Amino acid sequence: MTSPNRPLKAVPVRHYGRWAAAAAVLALAYLYATTVLASPNLEPATIGRYLFKDYVLDGVRTTLLLTALSMAFGIAGGILLAVMRLSANPVLRVVAAAFVWFFRGTPLLVQIVFFGFLGALIPRLTITVPFTDLVVFDQPTNAVMIGIVPAVLALSFNEMAYAAEIVRAGILAVDPGQTEAAYALGMTPALSMRRIVLPQAMRVIAPPMGNEVITMLKSTSLVSVIAGRDLMTAVQTVYAENYKVIPLLCVAAIWYLALVSALSVLQYFIERRFGRGQRAVGGVR
Amino acid sequence: MTAMIHAEGVRKTYGHLEVLRGIDLTVAPGEVCCLLGPSGSGKSTFLRCVNHLETVTAGQLRVDGELVGYRRRGEKLHELRPSEIAARRRDIGMVFQRFNLFPHLTALGNVMEAPVRVLGETRAAARERARALLDRVGLADKADAYPAMLSGGQQQRVAIARALAMRPKLMLFDEPTSALDPELVGEVLDVMRALAADGMTMLVVTHEMGFAREVADTVVFMDGGVVVESGTPAQVLGDPQHDRTRAFLAKVL
Repeated sequence: MTSPNRPLKAVPVRHYGRWAAAAAVLALAYLYATTVLASPNLEPATIGRYLFKDYVLDGVRTTLLLTALSMAFGIAGGILLAVMRLSANPVLRVVAAAFVWFFRGTPLLVQIVFFGFLGALIPRLTITVPFTDLVVFDQPTNAVMIGIVPAVLALSFNEMAYAAEIVRAGILAVDPGQTEAAYALGMTPALSMRRIVLPQAMRVIAPPMGNEVITMLKSTSLVSVIAGRDLMTAVQTVYAENYKVIPLLCVAAIWYLALVSALSVLQYFIERRFGRGQRAVGGVR
Repeated sequence: MTAMIHAEGVRKTYGHLEVLRGIDLTVAPGEVCCLLGPSGSGKSTFLRCVNHLETVTAGQLRVDGELVGYRRRGEKLHELRPSEIAARRRDIGMVFQRFNLFPHLTALGNVMEAPVRVLGETRAAARERARALLDRVGLADKADAYPAMLSGGQQQRVAIARALAMRPKLMLFDEPTSALDPELVGEVLDVMRALAADGMTMLVVTHEMGFAREVADTVVFMDGGVVVESGTPAQVLGDPQHDRTRAFLAKVL
């Protein structure tokens, strides 16, 4: 007999699948512990010793600097390219499309090596005023392409191409009625783009752009092929000397993972900021 | 006196589709003109031509004496630059069927945006006037609300305040109540009625026959891209001369 005031008593559904999954995970964890963690070559003590070494921290700083600079240039150039691609001017459209085609169509690694050896293609960088003898700028390429300059150039140009596509998609996602309303208020196309369309496009742009930042942080490791002074270059230099390859790769992995985790938290707050005014509480749109 | 809107043989074609087939229409300053007609009759297209959101294919369209979208130099017509077109639109307010409020700005931000960015008013002056305009449309307490938090009727009233913030000499309304729930139509029409009483020149595309009869000075009935008949509300709505007008009114009244 059940009385209306007493909670119902029933045998709950048994989730056998969960037990099976837990068993499988335990088995795999055991395998992992006995093979990877127990390997004598992992050397946790070595990892700990190198994790906060000066040159590793310098590498982390350079990696962060490369990421920040390349994303800043990449996003700025990407917005420019996206607006050019959507422009009424056919010259700008073709130039932007060609740029995206080239830098998206060749591997980033090739671009990095290319910028690293730019001096082999163009020995001197010279800018003159056409049809005159005026020289605005004249330097050997290798004197300009020093430090992180070639790495930043390669990463930025590559990022511009991808950012352009993301920004373009964001602009196209904004209701055309928004542009009409801006025009009807007497705004010029440029003002309407800057004040009305782009701020709304940011909501669509922010999530994939957060992904781009994370991808960029890891892609900077590729500049180790031109001795880019980044985190990856730092650990490579060390294990080239002491042959402790695995512990030092673990050092790099730990740092990348920590930085990406921090960026993910940042991404959450940025997306929330650009979602302002968009959480509908009824009404149209 | 210069007509506020003067259209002569205005045509608009999209490829082979002729949407406007020679519209002649004049709206005097201070006049309220309602455009009626079945959907697809070209009334919204004509309204959009007036502030150059659509370009006219043939004919002449003048607003306050100036050609829309062109400048005449001698015998030749010259297209206006985008900045010149934008400058002409400043004096023409427009209210859309779907409101088109800027969702990333508050109600107050929506009203302030153009005075600050287009007219170069100071933020303080623009804010003060924006508050007064929101008060005028009965939404003083919603200044800090984002559009998504407002009902359709409230959004449309903010949209009217936003257009008025530019101190327009002409207001265009493109089916301003068609996207609203029936019980919200009245509050928007009340604002428009008050605006008409203040002497604003208005061109209104609408299906609200009651509003047309009560507020309009002129009613224009369009069908198939032409003006079928026009006159006072009493003439067009009360004693239509054409079969097409009668058929339309029989359906909507």
